[in-house]
Amino acid sequence: MTSRTTLTETLSSLKTRSRNFGRRSRTWRRRVAIFLAVVGPGLITSNVDNDAGGIGTYSQAGAQFGYHLLWSLIPMTIALYVSEEMCARMGVVTGKGLSDLIREEFGFRSTFFVMVAALAIDLFNTVAEFSGVAEASEVLHVSKYISVPLAAIAVWLLVIYGTYRIVEKIFLVACGFYVSYVISALLAKPDWLLAARQTITPPAHVNTPYLLMLIGLVGTTIAPWQFFYLQAGFVEKKVGPRQYKHAKWDVLVGSISCMVIVFFIIVACAATLNTHGLTNISSAGQAAMALVPLAGKWAGLLFAFGLLNASLFAASILPLSTAHVICEGLGFEAGLDNKFKDARFFYSLYTLLIVVGAGIILIPKAPLWKILIYSQVGNGIWLPIVLIFILLLINRRDLMGEHTNTVLFNLIAWASSIIMIILTLVLTYVAIFNPSASGLSGSILPFLHFL
Amino acid sequence: MLHATELLGATTYDAAGHFVGRVKEMFVVPSEQPNRVSRLLLSRGRYRPLVARHDQIGTVAPGRIHLTTDESALELFHPNEAWLAVQKDLLDQQIIDTHGRKVVRVNDVDLGDYRTNGNTELRLEDVDVGLSGALRRLLKGMMPMAALRRIQQRVPSNRIRWEFVNLIEPDPMRRVKLRISSDKLEELHPADLADLMEEISPAERQSIMDSLDQEVAAETLAELDARLQTQVVEKLNPERAAEILEEMSPDAAADLIASLPPETSEEVLQEMGHREAEEVEGLLQFGENTAGGMMTTETVVVGEDATRGEVIDHIRFHEIPPDQIDNIILIDRDAALSGVVPISRLLLAGSDQRVSELVFEPRLSVTPETEDKEVFDLFDKYNLRSLTVVNAENHPIGAITVDDVVNRLHARI
Repeated sequence: MTSRTTLTETLSSLKTRSRNFGRRSRTWRRRVAIFLAVVGPGLITSNVDNDAGGIGTYSQAGAQFGYHLLWSLIPMTIALYVSEEMCARMGVVTGKGLSDLIREEFGFRSTFFVMVAALAIDLFNTVAEFSGVAEASEVLHVSKYISVPLAAIAVWLLVIYGTYRIVEKIFLVACGFYVSYVISALLAKPDWLLAARQTITPPAHVNTPYLLMLIGLVGTTIAPWQFFYLQAGFVEKKVGPRQYKHAKWDVLVGSISCMVIVFFIIVACAATLNTHGLTNISSAGQAAMALVPLAGKWAGLLFAFGLLNASLFAASILPLSTAHVICEGLGFEAGLDNKFKDARFFYSLYTLLIVVGAGIILIPKAPLWKILIYSQVGNGIWLPIVLIFILLLINRRDLMGEHTNTVLFNLIAWASSIIMIILTLVLTYVAIFNPSASGLSGSILPFLHFL
Repeated sequence: MLHATELLGATTYDAAGHFVGRVKEMFVVPSEQPNRVSRLLLSRGRYRPLVARHDQIGTVAPGRIHLTTDESALELFHPNEAWLAVQKDLLDQQIIDTHGRKVVRVNDVDLGDYRTNGNTELRLEDVDVGLSGALRRLLKGMMPMAALRRIQQRVPSNRIRWEFVNLIEPDPMRRVKLRISSDKLEELHPADLADLMEEISPAERQSIMDSLDQEVAAETLAELDARLQTQVVEKLNPERAAEILEEMSPDAAADLIASLPPETSEEVLQEMGHREAEEVEGLLQFGENTAGGMMTTETVVVGEDATRGEVIDHIRFHEIPPDQIDNIILIDRDAALSGVVPISRLLLAGSDQRVSELVFEPRLSVTPETEDKEVFDLFDKYNLRSLTVVNAENHPIGAITVDDVVNRLHARI
């Protein structure tokens, strides 16, 4: 009878042959695998910022001011990156979602009101996304009474029957479809040299409509709910501090790619609508239709396709993120990897958001423009609160350890937060008290025309 | 039955009926008693807060407490890490429900009040994780407590008995001070425990991993998500990591070590016992998606001349764990593979029967370089539990077991 030692001996003789060889190739592949495994939340979150409302505002900015607002994209990229990076860092270091942290550090009552606010505002936002679907489909000659229910069902099925991994892959593909805006811009044959110059040139003359449009850009680009989604994404992917640098790259690439798309949307509209004097565009759908005679059928169709993709994309993420945030904060089971019976409240809430969100669009003569104003106002009031929570939490040494903000980072973060807060408050004020004021009216009343 | 929400903020009076302060926090002192509220922290605005001991508490009603002593008998408050604070450490925090095997968030804490000669002793009985606790937290101070009680009676409650509550404390030192025991966690199935650990934050996970018994730690680690395994082991000190890895099966240990950064894996390997380290290092040379990368070296190998009785004695004598004895590998005089005997056949054989008569046909084996796809095909075709891996000289060097096959196939779905 032979004992187990012989086995070990056989093994040790084997080992000398190619020691470490297998392991090295393993680490190399693993490194790529880790990066790919980490990538996702940042890229998805930033891109989903370019949702129906966003695209409407960008089209309008291009139509009304041509290339003159392009300079704002670089500072906006920085603000977007700085604020998103903080959430990514919090998720990676603490392993907890933003609403978890708010609950643990600020107590039940604050959390409850945060959750109620999130629910109300996100519902309005969801309506806005479905209205984007409606608008895009009208350009493609499909009735909204067909396209919106179909979109709602597709989005619902995707999330209910997909696991986080599958859903995320589909979302990443959706990010790729934003390329349609690049092609659309190329077809519009813009003055690239001028566009490039304007991107790095500060504004020459500033007037009120210009300023309002600028505020509109900031307000639609940085949405409060995205921070919850981003942080939850990294937590759910179980990204640890050692992979943090990958997460950071993910956020950076996301912020930049988001702004690159914004650049092309503005350029496409600037090169066509603005140069032909069509400065009074009020929605993305209108922009798409106006593009057809100026830049060709394909440019218009691609533009509308981009809008459809963006709206569907946001319509699936927004309700999902909202349900997630609320369940997390109030202590219900949440997450796509749970079965329906384990996370009843989560799935019910998700379904409700989609049904109500799409349902409102289908009501004939629904006051859509009012809802859109409210969603914008809601975001405006909501953003400062969320940003302040983030800044308070990220600087807590007991939570973040050595990963709190550095002084310089804090300076940039607080400065950009305060600027964003001021801008969104102005936007909110204008939206409430002076909805017909100049250029901004279009961005918040995008569908008056279409109704 | 009282609720922590009703007592936090309660106005407190001394024996003479004078107002002393408001209850700001309730402390359990686990070193005295695991579930008794032993201290009340009474805040007095700009004066330094006082502490009332459990034997100084007279009567307790929602929002109102009477002490049995004068204010002068109360001590000044000094923070103590070894005291469990109901508000700070429990409310809104996550705990592990060891009975329901879930991570849940605490909405409120239910306290039983027991009267003993003039005193009231408050004991933690349940934590409330349901709607009634949430409602109480939300509406507290917005309506009279009696009205609140009436409302909440109509709301379904969801409570967890205090003895099933396992606190999640990320600081290992404080965990010891608070006497948080991991016994209840160790009684869970390692797969359930691993699921729970995946739900909590990295620091909390680490603290629990530190406190577990080596063997349980190894079993739990093996069940964790691959990425979390790496994170957990990386943060353990190398000695502890080595101890835990030694308890794991060599193939699982090798997979884990391969995913560590090179410096850490060297350190851990150095700390491991000589034999275990060698087995693991032997496995590390094989590509991940080959038979060598999947196999374990923990097998039972016997000479082909042995009888069933001898094999059973061998297994008993070496205390070989049951999960390794799916198949008995037989070798000839040159240590070459001669066949494999499934444990089920061994079970039915007579004690003197030679094991070579029980060999499974066809006689299958693979080399370590064999692609995993081919391995899966063999398992599928012959309904295998285990497959022997041999080297170029046909010497058995390990075996692939069905659980590893299931694991890998599952990961690809």
